[in-house]
Amino acid sequence: MSDATQSAAAIPARDPTYNFAYLDEQTKRMIRRALLKAVAVPGYQVPFAGREMPMPYGWGTGGVQVTASILTADDRLKVIDQGADDTTNAVSIRKFFQRTAGVAVTEKTAEASVIQTRHRIPEAPLADGQILVYQVPIPEPLRFLEPRETETRKMHAYQDYGLMHVKLYEDIARHGHIATTYAYPVKVEGRYVMDPSPTPKFDNPKMSDCPALQLFGAGREKRIYAIPPYTKVESLDFEDHPFTVQSWEQRCALCGAEDSFLDEVLTDDKGGRMFVCSDTDYCGDRRAQGFRGEAAEDAA
Amino acid sequence: MTSSSEDLDAQPLLAVEDLAKRYGRHMGCEAVSFRLWPGEVLGVVGESGSGKTTLLNCVAGRLTPDAGRVLYSDRLGAVRDLHGIAEPERRMLMRTDWAFVHQNPRDGLRMGVSAGANVGEPLMAVGARNYGAIRSAAGDWLAKTEIDVGRIDDPPRTFSGGMQQRLQIARSLAAGPRLVFMDEPTGGLDVSVQARLLDLLRGLVTELKLAVIVVTHDLAVARLLSHRLLVMRGGRVVETGLTDQVLDDPQHPYTQLLVSSVLQP
Amino acid sequence: MTDMLRLCDVSKDFVLHNQGGAEIPVLLGASLTVNAGECVALTGPSGAGKSTLMRMIYGNYLTPTGSIRIRHEGAMVELAGADPRRVLAVRRRTLGYVSQFLRVVPRVATLDVVAEPLIALGEGAEAARARAGDLLRRLNLPEALWPLPPATFSGGEQQRVNIARGFAHPYPVLLLDEPTASLDGANRAVVLELIGEAKARGAAIVGIFHDADARAAVADRTFEIAPLATAA
Repeated sequence: MSDATQSAAAIPARDPTYNFAYLDEQTKRMIRRALLKAVAVPGYQVPFAGREMPMPYGWGTGGVQVTASILTADDRLKVIDQGADDTTNAVSIRKFFQRTAGVAVTEKTAEASVIQTRHRIPEAPLADGQILVYQVPIPEPLRFLEPRETETRKMHAYQDYGLMHVKLYEDIARHGHIATTYAYPVKVEGRYVMDPSPTPKFDNPKMSDCPALQLFGAGREKRIYAIPPYTKVESLDFEDHPFTVQSWEQRCALCGAEDSFLDEVLTDDKGGRMFVCSDTDYCGDRRAQGFRGEAAEDAA
Repeated sequence: MTSSSEDLDAQPLLAVEDLAKRYGRHMGCEAVSFRLWPGEVLGVVGESGSGKTTLLNCVAGRLTPDAGRVLYSDRLGAVRDLHGIAEPERRMLMRTDWAFVHQNPRDGLRMGVSAGANVGEPLMAVGARNYGAIRSAAGDWLAKTEIDVGRIDDPPRTFSGGMQQRLQIARSLAAGPRLVFMDEPTGGLDVSVQARLLDLLRGLVTELKLAVIVVTHDLAVARLLSHRLLVMRGGRVVETGLTDQVLDDPQHPYTQLLVSSVLQP
Repeated sequence: MTDMLRLCDVSKDFVLHNQGGAEIPVLLGASLTVNAGECVALTGPSGAGKSTLMRMIYGNYLTPTGSIRIRHEGAMVELAGADPRRVLAVRRRTLGYVSQFLRVVPRVATLDVVAEPLIALGEGAEAARARAGDLLRRLNLPEALWPLPPATFSGGEQQRVNIARGFAHPYPVLLLDEPTASLDGANRAVVLELIGEAKARGAAIVGIFHDADARAAVADRTFEIAPLATAA
């Protein structure tokens, strides 16, 4: 794992040809207004005038616009993709903000003031004052069964949410259990049904009563929504098929953690594989504290 | 069929007062008034363009009329002005008290999800959260509408037209409505399939003591299903009465023409 | 003696709007009272309006002038110009009608066709079917036919189904339009027996009997309907 503070030195400080954090001030104000509304109405999708960003849709343009709008010169930014700080998407976005905003970056969850994420919530508990920004591909949880935007907006307005359970019903009918493991729908503060972006349902419980502010940006669909700190977030389920999170028989092969979300990694072309923490910072921290998994025994 | 429909002084379930709907200069329907009691089936007959579907949509809250009122007496006996109440309240009524059966089952079903989910959705929409209970209710409704319960996990696009229509009926009745609107329910079906569906509808309407407004251009369907008839022409009601009386002793010139124009009504 | 049915100055004409507004008078000033336990036979040549009068009593034809009152749940109720819901209520409890032709609902089993009036009155399905079965057995309709819809039956079989349906509930007033037509001697005797029993329990009956022997067997008196001169 590279040390982000070191690699930051290799990147030139803020490029003065860009406005701070790339977007112009009017645009940032507009997005902040949308964010305020989103915070005021937890789980409600606020439309905003999304801008073209210098990266393709699907690469986190929604999250980047949100981050750009809330970033200050004093912030310390962490960017993760599938829990890892060192994947292409995470590295590009981190470099983007180093270049356009000159902000400090970090891989340490605890040190970051703003964390932009795709597909995961860090394992380490978030704290008061932190902001978690999610990149969202499809913000509408009802889209699966109702293609008309006019209709889904009314369904939200009137809390007409029977359709959400149709999807879960279909899961059970087909697989014997609720097979939805990503983008598992939640109800926010007893009101709006929300798509938590394609995070694994493993992370759903972390959204509830979380000290950090959670912001969601969908670039293609131009929607922003939010979960304010300490908000109740419930995963939808049936009485006789209650919500459960994934669990693994294995522990992390590197740090031995048994409470984190594990990725399966192929180690050779003969079927060798191991399970490791998807959250690279969490795994590294544990190893630094002396925890060891099976595969890491020798390396220690 | 019920004691309530015999109580002539009972409060009507539905009172339509002087309803009118125009499409620009063209009249959809005008000056339509009628009342409907629990357990009663009202047939609305007329040719294409007579305004019967416009009337149905206005009464069912799917179209906003330009004039007139639709008064519905809810389960607690309170009278609610359908087009005067807020949309959330109207939608809630439509979920809990009313159902609509479309001529084309595709308009009333979710073709991509299983038959069981189609029937279960209205239950989930009113708060059912027990999968086992929802599924067994769906199974009961499939049996009631003569659909093999083994097809519960198949999507309706794999069903025949008659089965799709029966499934739509199962879905519309699952949440226990008091009032059902039907728009040409036997429309695009083969004659033999029609007969089966009519028989099924008759049985369900009697068993569940439903109030029904059924729009049809088919006088034979109207005769079999409805207690009373409204005959519409040019957006207006030209004749009303007991179904067999209107068909066997029609008074209005248009009704006489209509009755004499069909083979064995 | 209790009057069950009172017709007072009843007239009827048909206006055929699509044939130049031709007016066809059918009945003029018919008045008739039928008491409990009495059977009145309508007589008169074919086309004189016997069936029309019967249909007017049933509410199947409108009664434009005159009054038709029936004893329904203890009180005399006006049927001419009555609310359709009132007519239906009277038909359900008080007024039975055996027409000449059975109008069958497709696909409904014979046993259920006969039991239907009882079920509509709130009787349990089992009891209603048992009563239906008794009547069908009495009318010699083979039990093998009971589960079948009557659409494909012979005329005589359909007529017996029709009669069973009409007699399933003990209506206080009964209208019988040619109940013995197309029946063989044995079954005709059963029908006459049923009519006799209905009279004995106090039913008021209005009948059209083409068959003079049958008429003589059950009718207490006749009511002659004279043909009107056909209007130009």
